Amino acid sequence: MSGHGLNLRRYLVIVLMAGVLFLPFAAFALNAFAFRWFYPQFIPADFSLQAWERIFASNSRLGEALLNSTLIAVGVTLVSVIIGLPAARALGLYNFRGKRLVEFLVLAPTMVPPIVVSFGLSVNFIRWRLAGTLLGVGLVHLVPVMPYVVLTLAGVFANYNVDYEAQARSLGASPWRVLWHITLPAIFPGVVVAGLFAFLISWSQYVLTFLIGQGKIITMPVLLFSAAGGVDNANIAALALMFVGPALLILLVTSRYLGSGAAGGLARI
Amino acid sequence: MTTVELRDLTKTYASEGADAVQSLSLMVASQQIVALLGPSGSGKSTTLKMIAGLLRPTAGEICFDGQDMSKVPAERRSAVMVFQNHLLFPHMSVGQNIGFGMKMRGAGRQAINERVAEMLELVQLPGIEKRRPGQLSGGQQQRVALARALVTQPKVLLLDEPLSNLDAHLRDEMRELIRSIQTRFGITTIFVTHDQEEAVVLADKVALLFEGQLHQYAQPSAFYERPATERVARFFGGVNFIPGKVTRNGVETPLGRFHAPHCEIELGQALLSIRPEAVEIDRESVQTDNTLSGVVESRVYMGRYARFKVAAAGHTIEVTTEPSLYHQFTEGDALRLYLPPEKIWVLPPDA
Repeated sequence: MSGHGLNLRRYLVIVLMAGVLFLPFAAFALNAFAFRWFYPQFIPADFSLQAWERIFASNSRLGEALLNSTLIAVGVTLVSVIIGLPAARALGLYNFRGKRLVEFLVLAPTMVPPIVVSFGLSVNFIRWRLAGTLLGVGLVHLVPVMPYVVLTLAGVFANYNVDYEAQARSLGASPWRVLWHITLPAIFPGVVVAGLFAFLISWSQYVLTFLIGQGKIITMPVLLFSAAGGVDNANIAALALMFVGPALLILLVTSRYLGSGAAGGLARI
Repeated sequence: MTTVELRDLTKTYASEGADAVQSLSLMVASQQIVALLGPSGSGKSTTLKMIAGLLRPTAGEICFDGQDMSKVPAERRSAVMVFQNHLLFPHMSVGQNIGFGMKMRGAGRQAINERVAEMLELVQLPGIEKRRPGQLSGGQQQRVALARALVTQPKVLLLDEPLSNLDAHLRDEMRELIRSIQTRFGITTIFVTHDQEEAVVLADKVALLFEGQLHQYAQPSAFYERPATERVARFFGGVNFIPGKVTRNGVETPLGRFHAPHCEIELGQALLSIRPEAVEIDRESVQTDNTLSGVVESRVYMGRYARFKVAAAGHTIEVTTEPSLYHQFTEGDALRLYLPPEKIWVLPPDA
């Protein structure tokens, strides 16, 4: 009898959680396909695809925004993981003088609002001709991204038994081959999680993109915010779905790495 | 078929006080199996890792067949190490684990598969190529680890506490396996252990280390019959010690004077030692020399033997005899003990 009760309760909790997560999207979805939707109607009076026609029109900047967002996010993900890995390895595996200071510096960007960061940087970026460029925006995205990447990867290394590398070397693997055959497969789930953080943080950046990009670099958040200033709800909703869609897709694809496997493969025995 | 020579091998850690390994010099002959024995902190694992190339020595040389290995990185030394906790790569199958060494050498898939099957036959685990390390028992994992180490036919096999993680009966099996493989392939083998029984059973020669220093390097029997120092004798356990002085007429002790023909110590302070099994109870008072009188302090019946503790002049002598004698004497009885001169070993006093 209690088995049945437990199942029903679990089922209800899952349905509730799903509802809380997905209802806002349902609202967006309805809005995006609505023609006229006014309070106090529960669902739109008319449905149409005109919002979608508009945002996919050749004079909309959706294509440009999608491309920029993707290029920047992918670039930021790659760079942050490549430079974050050595830092994370050092922090996760070793104790050294000044470690606390390094940890503090790595985490510092999380304590400072993005606006403050970009005001300081934009002066220098203008001087270095990085303002208003894709590269400049990508670089500044690294600031909020790095703490999460390094923190996630350091956690992976803290659970990592480095003796496996010694064993592999003893069996004839050079240091690079050890990295490829032993280290990377072991930390792969952690790398996926760190990359996911990097991608999502970069994908959703508004303030930094706007201030360093100087309005010249149009990304999805920038497009969305400028549309959100207008009155056309359907438009906004459609753009919002286009903004969230790729992020959700990436999340789905990487979801199998987000469980306990994300703690790292080669745990200390 | 490789000789391994260590010359003044030293390893210093800046953060630690004493050196982990101090000027260790050792020669392992070709095809020999040698044990590095000692309590924890004695530097034995550190030495093994330096031979493997996984740690860089602070000073000294390691030579394989007379060739200095200091410039040769670990992956090219052909000295394969097997760790205490086997360290089978969890993301690879058993077959992939064993074949790893050959893959690193660029062998073809066919050759690797054949050799892996051979190796599994050798360690008596045929057919488990596809399994994952996590699915194996402890004993099986250890054997796979051994197979993995041997697949590239290394010049030197290095085992770090190979039997410590195993239960008693598995230990015997593994010991047999190591012995038979080592004899069959003639691989020079060096293993680390803290268990002197393990060292004595497996090794041709034993190197006893304390705090990074070599105290004695000899065949196992020498540690029982002719230990170099008191500390060595105590490590192997179960020895009687009587302090005394070496004179021209024998060893003078508080318990009497004893002849010790094997004594190699010069005149002066010394420590007389004799194993409990060697001490005899002189019931009929036959012996005139090398005897001492005492009183039975305690006795234990151990089934296969009896053990007496005899008090004499403030010292306690332990005597191991055949079990029937247990009933002949009881606590408080006076007793005459005979110390056969050829069984007495005299040690220098520890510094």
